[in-house]
Amino acid sequence: MFPSAFEYSAPDSLDQALAVLAERGDEAKVLAGGQSLIPLLKLRFAAPAMLVDVNRVPGLNGVAEEGDLIAVGALERHNGLARSDLLKTTLPLMTSAAPLVADPLVRNLGTIGGSLAHADPAGDWGSVMLALEAQFVLQSARGERVVGASDFFVDTFTTVLEPTEIVTKVRIPRPRGSSGGTYLKLERKVGDFATVGTAVQLELDNGTIRRAGIGLTAVGSRNIKATEAEASLVGAEPTEAAFAEAADLASRAAEPSSDLRGSAEYKRGVVRTFVRRGLAQSLAAARGDD
Amino acid sequence: MEITVTVNGAQQTADVEPRTLLVHFIRETLRLTGTHVGCDTTSCGACTVLLDGTPIKSCTMLAVQANGRSVTTVEGLVTNGSLHPLQEGFKEEHGLQCGFCTPGMMLVSAALLEDNPDPTESDVRWAISGNMCRCTGYQNIVKAVLWAAEKGRTESADASQAS
Repeated sequence: MFPSAFEYSAPDSLDQALAVLAERGDEAKVLAGGQSLIPLLKLRFAAPAMLVDVNRVPGLNGVAEEGDLIAVGALERHNGLARSDLLKTTLPLMTSAAPLVADPLVRNLGTIGGSLAHADPAGDWGSVMLALEAQFVLQSARGERVVGASDFFVDTFTTVLEPTEIVTKVRIPRPRGSSGGTYLKLERKVGDFATVGTAVQLELDNGTIRRAGIGLTAVGSRNIKATEAEASLVGAEPTEAAFAEAADLASRAAEPSSDLRGSAEYKRGVVRTFVRRGLAQSLAAARGDD
Repeated sequence: MEITVTVNGAQQTADVEPRTLLVHFIRETLRLTGTHVGCDTTSCGACTVLLDGTPIKSCTMLAVQANGRSVTTVEGLVTNGSLHPLQEGFKEEHGLQCGFCTPGMMLVSAALLEDNPDPTESDVRWAISGNMCRCTGYQNIVKAVLWAAEKGRTESADASQAS
């Protein structure tokens, strides 16, 4: 299999890349890690007239502190994120999710920005970003705009990203107080799409829950933020009962379909178990006894 | 589009269509057929090569993306006519049956040993988890990689004693 013919551009600056996109609009597609796009091109599900390869564009890499935020460059590979010391200490939810994305080889090329822009509801990063209340920086030749994760995902493979825009980075609020987070994923084998994935973030303030973030993978037409479950935890004591209630609310927020990976009922059950387990693990990490 | 890629240490220049996949450039343009096309859908890892030392699936990368970069294929494991410890290990421990997955298995393992010369069995299993063996010969593949790791450590110990 090979893609249908396209023009190829490998700009070495962001301005050049944005200029090509401004000119070509929806005829063009941005190539980052290519681990979702190239399979789609090969299967001829996508046949853009032009590919804009951003791998040579400087400034799209790196994990850095920006005041109260952690900024992650869109071109960061999954394996690079898994090894980031800054993320390990500030956002362990991200370093627990990164090694579970796809398989080791795909993780060497695939990027966080590409994964988010692709918006596969079985993608892992979307749920993590929803749980962390990340903001996405989108740039076009006309300027920059910032969109919150919960406003970014519209539907399966559909986001608010315009054809002329590139996701350049994600910004994540640095957790306050003691915090913990973990990503749990059920997959039939390494590299398979998730049967179910759950991203959980917990932040404590004097022993009570200041903030909880819960994102769900592969149980709907897009990554789901379990807002009612999150709200039920805010201000509560981190007890088993509170976690069980939140897990129940999260399982009701899920909209899974029955397929080869399991029935809808089974997947709801996995969401319930994983959210409860994820909250317990996050609490243990926040208390420093993990 | 003209590209120049360093393949197994030698610079190769060729004119390729942008849609040419790296694996087709390697197999058809360069005639290095040790790199296999298996599933062709980013699942099996038979097409694994090292890009600047990092294992990737060459069926899921365009040849033009490798322009100016360095690629190692299974043919590049042999140095000065002698087998790489991994190649010996696969022979000694019966790490291959049909052989189709073997080049990919050896290249991900080469990257692992470069990073971690003393891997545990679990490290090896994790490293090869993106590569499939349809003969299901994983047990001996893992043994072969551990054999190569041991051999590599003995050789580097000998080398440091001799110097």
